[in-house]
Amino acid sequence: MIATSMKRLVDVDSGIISREIFVNEEIYRQEQERIFTRAWLFVGHESQIAKPGDYFSSYMGEDPVVLSRDRQGQIHVFLNSCRHRGMKVCRYDEGNTPVFTCPYHGWSYGLDGSLVGVPRFKEGYYGELDKSQWGLVEVAQLCNYKGTIWATWDPKAPPFLEYLGDFRVFLDGTLDAFDGEDGGSEVLGGVHKWVIPTNWKFVAENFNGDHYHHPTHISVEAVGIGPGRTGEARHSDVQRHRRHMTSFPEKGHGWRGGPPQSLDEEIYPFPRFELPEAEAYFQAAYDRRKKIGAPSPPTWMFGGGGNVFPNASFHIAFPRSICVSHPRGPLHTEMWRWYLVDKNFPDAVKDHFRHYSMRYGGPAGMTEQDDMENWCYATAASKGPIARRYDYNYQLGLGHGGVHPRLQGAWVSDGEFSERNALSMYGHWAEMMDRAD
Amino acid sequence: MAAAIDTGADLERLLLVRDIEEFFYAEADLLDERRFVEWLDLFTDDVQYLMPMRRNVKFGEWERETTKSPEEVSWFDDNKTTLTQRVNQLLTGVHWAEEPRSRVCHVVSGVRIKEVTTQNGEVTAVDTGSRFVVYRNRLEMETDLFVGRREDTLRRVGGQWKIARRVILLEQNVLLAKNLTVFF
Repeated sequence: MIATSMKRLVDVDSGIISREIFVNEEIYRQEQERIFTRAWLFVGHESQIAKPGDYFSSYMGEDPVVLSRDRQGQIHVFLNSCRHRGMKVCRYDEGNTPVFTCPYHGWSYGLDGSLVGVPRFKEGYYGELDKSQWGLVEVAQLCNYKGTIWATWDPKAPPFLEYLGDFRVFLDGTLDAFDGEDGGSEVLGGVHKWVIPTNWKFVAENFNGDHYHHPTHISVEAVGIGPGRTGEARHSDVQRHRRHMTSFPEKGHGWRGGPPQSLDEEIYPFPRFELPEAEAYFQAAYDRRKKIGAPSPPTWMFGGGGNVFPNASFHIAFPRSICVSHPRGPLHTEMWRWYLVDKNFPDAVKDHFRHYSMRYGGPAGMTEQDDMENWCYATAASKGPIARRYDYNYQLGLGHGGVHPRLQGAWVSDGEFSERNALSMYGHWAEMMDRAD
Repeated sequence: MAAAIDTGADLERLLLVRDIEEFFYAEADLLDERRFVEWLDLFTDDVQYLMPMRRNVKFGEWERETTKSPEEVSWFDDNKTTLTQRVNQLLTGVHWAEEPRSRVCHVVSGVRIKEVTTQNGEVTAVDTGSRFVVYRNRLEMETDLFVGRREDTLRRVGGQWKIARRVILLEQNVLLAKNLTVFF
């Protein structure tokens, strides 16, 4: 482990962060040990493993895992590596199976991870191998939150809901239906997966709190790919004029936008759609929210984003997705993007959202392409010996804003852009990196 | 009406294949010379331009190997409007992922005619198969190689061939390029 305290590299009070944390190999190794084995990580969605026997191959940091549903309907997450000699026991992206059989020596495991078959168990092992000790390695804790599956390897990590804290209201915006129905969302089939030459934290930081990067997207705004009417901008002016930033310094989570407000304070929170089915659906969703007094979706409906520390980023509405930046060395990231829709969407609305998702996000996304260019070449231009001597500036809005009146442990900007969110994230990161136990 | 290929009309068929090949080679020129507005003219107004993703699946479960439209997410599932938006974005000069622009070379090969549709003895549409290698080099050392198959339905419109449907099967699971700012 590195002798230097990460707090020397992350100066939250001055808004100064060393480039080393983005490019240094040793720091990266320490992150794998101290961040990714301890934090709660997003693994997949329950709608991807709807039936007993279903599985989905995923990653937690650099470790391959399998998300499965056993015969009793119980959900599990295992390290995807045979206990005998380490071979991946599952090399399919998804499917349904009664057992995972390792192709190397044939050890096989049930969907609950238990070792159920060992070739030559009687003859070679003389029946003496204690199979109960050699099941697949299972995560220490797992949480199904409104259909999203989260896991951690750390038995001492706080329970997921405590880990989220009041940040939960923002994640709810993505996971609840547009009419306020609790957890009324599901993922579309097909996960975008691609590799980019950048440090994973550039991605997390961008979702966590960078609303200052409008120059990145001038080309897509000039074209107008918005979800409402053809040729409209991606987000409404209302959203653009609200520059609140909300973050949780003790937890590292951040949200690009303001807190929820009551619908009474709010203008109509959805785009006006050219597609009649979409217009009708969203008008009804709005009416229902008002009627049941659902926690309002407010301005964040216009495309706000956030990040559950460390690397589960999400978009709340237009588009609506979860984007995990899997670390692949200090200079590479494997991006995985799931897209969410309301379970109750009529087919035409679902298809409309699917199209918007693809033209907005992923490697062919007209928004995301320009983000990635910046993350990739910021990484490239920060790795030289001279570049590393010069810290990054996070002083935008420094010293402005304050404690949020309603959300516990939250800091909120005073209606302007701010890089305090990034400092919340890196401050928490540094603390976790320095903690040895 | 769909008709089986008349194997007797060898010369006619040969000319048709050459005609289609010429069309694809000319298209490759438009793309590599970045004449995108002219390229858009090669598509019918109701075109579907689809590039599914490819899954790793168990033997025999091939029907799940390729993501489906319209149920699932693909790399591209564009219509004429979105293709036009992509071209317009490239033409802003501030689409940073393509500024400065990439050097791109399309190699189209293995062009085959799978089905011919005729009306009153005239060929009105053809279903074709082909292979592509798209090489991209950008900035200093960014290099990508996209290899795969294309299935195109070409329709005869006003004496010209137009692409009415294009399915692009890229032979990759995790996309190895950082983006898809090139057309196929």
